[in-house]
Amino acid sequence: MPLLSVENLRACYKTEVYGISRQVRAVDDISFQLEPNEIYGVAGESSCGKTTLIKIISGNTKPPLCVEGGEVRYEFGEHSVDMLKIGEKEMRELVRWKEISYVMQGSMSVLNPVRKIIRTFEDIIQTHEGIPNRRVFSDRITAHVNKLGLPADVLWAYPHQLSGGMRQRVAIALATVFNPKLIIADEPTTALDVVVQRGVLQLLKEIQAESRNTVLFVTHDLTVHANVADRVAIMYAGRIVEEAPTETIFHSSRHPYTRHLIQSLPVIGDKTCKPGLGGTPPNLANPPSGCRFHPRCPEVLEICRTVAPPMTALNEKHRAACHLIKESGK
Amino acid sequence: MSETAKLLDVRQVSRFFHIGGLLNGTRIIAANGISFFLDADKPEIFTLAGESGSGKTTLSRLLLHDLDPSLGSVHFEGQDLASIKGRRAGMEFMKKVQPVFQNPFDTFSPLRRVEDYLYDTAINFGRARSRKDAVPVAEEALHLVGLSIEEVTKRYPHELSGGQIQRVSVARALIPKPKLIIADEPVSMVDASLRMAIVNLFKKLRDEQGVSVIYITHDLATAYYISNRIAVMLRGYVVEAGPVEAVLDRPLHPYTKLLKESVPKPAPEDRLSWAKRIGLSTTEVKDYGKVGCKFAARCPQAMDVCLTADPPDVAADGRQVKCYLYSTKAN
Amino acid sequence: MITVFRDLLRHDSRFRFATAFLSAVFVMILLSFISPYDPGKTFKVTTDMPPSFAHPFGTSSRGQDIFWWMTYAVRNSLFLGIMTAVISRVIAIFVGMTAGYSGGFIDRALMSVNDSFVVMPILPVLILLSFLIKGKMNLMTLSLILGLFGWPWDARLIRAQVLSLKERAFTRTAIYAGSGPFSVTMHEHLPFVLPVVFATTINNLLWSIGMEVTLSVLGLSDVTIPTIGTTIYWANQHQALVAGVWWWLAAPIVVAIVLFLGLYLLFSSINEYIDPRTRLRRIGG
Repeated sequence: MPLLSVENLRACYKTEVYGISRQVRAVDDISFQLEPNEIYGVAGESSCGKTTLIKIISGNTKPPLCVEGGEVRYEFGEHSVDMLKIGEKEMRELVRWKEISYVMQGSMSVLNPVRKIIRTFEDIIQTHEGIPNRRVFSDRITAHVNKLGLPADVLWAYPHQLSGGMRQRVAIALATVFNPKLIIADEPTTALDVVVQRGVLQLLKEIQAESRNTVLFVTHDLTVHANVADRVAIMYAGRIVEEAPTETIFHSSRHPYTRHLIQSLPVIGDKTCKPGLGGTPPNLANPPSGCRFHPRCPEVLEICRTVAPPMTALNEKHRAACHLIKESGK
Repeated sequence: MSETAKLLDVRQVSRFFHIGGLLNGTRIIAANGISFFLDADKPEIFTLAGESGSGKTTLSRLLLHDLDPSLGSVHFEGQDLASIKGRRAGMEFMKKVQPVFQNPFDTFSPLRRVEDYLYDTAINFGRARSRKDAVPVAEEALHLVGLSIEEVTKRYPHELSGGQIQRVSVARALIPKPKLIIADEPVSMVDASLRMAIVNLFKKLRDEQGVSVIYITHDLATAYYISNRIAVMLRGYVVEAGPVEAVLDRPLHPYTKLLKESVPKPAPEDRLSWAKRIGLSTTEVKDYGKVGCKFAARCPQAMDVCLTADPPDVAADGRQVKCYLYSTKAN
Repeated sequence: MITVFRDLLRHDSRFRFATAFLSAVFVMILLSFISPYDPGKTFKVTTDMPPSFAHPFGTSSRGQDIFWWMTYAVRNSLFLGIMTAVISRVIAIFVGMTAGYSGGFIDRALMSVNDSFVVMPILPVLILLSFLIKGKMNLMTLSLILGLFGWPWDARLIRAQVLSLKERAFTRTAIYAGSGPFSVTMHEHLPFVLPVVFATTINNLLWSIGMEVTLSVLGLSDVTIPTIGTTIYWANQHQALVAGVWWWLAAPIVVAIVLFLGLYLLFSSINEYIDPRTRLRRIGG
């Protein structure tokens, strides 16, 4: 039973100022599923639509973002939720932070800089559950934080007194306080140093392994996906171009964009020349016709310019959208 | 070696900052006794690698003459940077040393056309007399970085991609025909698919244009890919420096080893060793005040002597290491 | 320029209202040049006549046609306001940007002067000055004095803006492109400072016209020059409200309201238009 089913999701941003109206198609016909107990990676560069996708999945669609079609359905065991139709009250009481929580880039957006960490915990638990007994609450939080390997006196510090890595781990502690079924991590380690990043990601993996929940991990850094994700979906210009288990993506991908991304990753110990990809990322207000990648594709065919390639299943777990692939397995 | 044979000579440079009030502040040593030099005859890419708080940004500002050292001196083509006073001397220096900044979308004012900066540079450094004459100069520079004037003309920064802007930034830096470019994390904010084009561009500048580059980064993989030599920085010290193959293939300093191990590799099959639990520091300011090696608290091979005083610089295996492990006196 | 006008007219209702109000004011100003009555001469028409076809705003107790008097009044008040605004903007931009960019001693010195002006009580000083130079107080003098008092708040605002702009990477790029301080200030920083300047210009205009009204009502400026303030002064002198000559007070007040509203709406809509963030959304960022 998939935890999350997204089908044919389409969304765009509509802005109108001084008579100039713009429509940016950020998410164009996306379908995928999240299973319980997995880490699902979404890779893509700027303006590929991954931030929009997260907003919609987490129920955060406000104008100028509008959803034009498709379905977003969750199965949380006891109840199912249609994210596109859910009301604010139900969202706050049942779903937000209890079934779905987030770890964002920049922990300072979650941690109030003028309050001690424990107060932020209080706020969250008060909003979603209520705090009947102070002592029980305090013990519970301390136990939770200790389990994650953080010293208990972190709770009594202000955010600016902690290092960046520690703040991000506190953000993870906040996100896991109700043991949600889905954690959405949006570039959680992008601004962190490489050693700190390793520590934070290792913590995230431990949590996932123990509570057996699902983590939707979004980052542009493919090497992080290699070490963290079970399956990876590559997004380009608002569409998923390839989705497969991590090993397949890295060693036997089929889409030219994926292949280029993998091949151009620099590795210590390797000084062979790696060429860059020509062209520029697509302008989502005026995307290329047919396959969105065709202006930059080194293996472009005539059909790619006019017809958008359908998503083809290469085997049970691997699918890609490219005209170069003939029906299942060439 | 004679003075003028060195392009850039950094001699025991230290820079202090005072934070906090008059009575209870602390002194932060952002750069501590840093020394290295670049040859004038051999263009190279020299990487300054380190995490945040390592001092690499402070060092880049010292090299660009944005800051003056508290101790030591920086010499460019034999001239002490501290002796550069006045606008004319400043312009002469800027002709030879140019920067490339980290954030492509802040490098140019969002309200000005990007080409205006190219023309300004051409006119101010005497390569053109008027805007009309500056156009072929700009065209030539853009061509060097793989862009055409049509792609850039009349565009505002938000109409270009991050990769294109960084290339325009490099083109602008090339107009005065500099000998040295200081690139501060030039690709960390650029998309992965556009990153290699910029990185390859630096290689081309070194090989075909004879321009040396000081490449400041925290990304060891691209550092390995393009640099000749690397200096690994930690809390203001250079802990290991030498040819990049030696330092990164066979790291000696425990911190370099930790850094190299922590860089995630694009190999899913190796992920188990990367996920080993490691200790992280809680706060960062504490480290600055410590005596002795700044890595001793986290070092798996720390000895008692490491906490007593700064480790000496030792030459070992074709590079320089700041570590008691390799010092003959400790053994 | 025309396209800007057309864009604003089409899409911003504030601008439409502003255009309507200010066109009315502008027409009045133009009419002042063909006024059949000389505002310096009194008792030319029947006194205290209510508004009629021949005298749209009625006549005053001094025997003057209020409508034609008001055309001069509006012209003079607006002239005063604009002169004050220009003088104080120029000083504010100069002081604010110099202090912000230079830093150090120059900054401290300029800000000390700035803060002295901020704490000075303006009205008592103006009253004192007008007593001292009574007789020689004309519009130019008044606008000069008001201009010299109207810059400190805004200079600090501009300085704060420049301080933050100095930290941006593009300031460093401009420096390494060889631009000198003046060029950096003009080309890099001024476009960001201008919206602030515009926002404060409207404040300044309204403040200066209001100041003039205050001084004139108290009889402290040259009361023979027709302005909105002197109209009210004369009306009070002749106890217009008690005498039932309400149109003598209504005219300057209504005109003032139309003028103020028009100016406010105009600058409000222009300010949004030239704000860097809206500009970016318009160009397509």
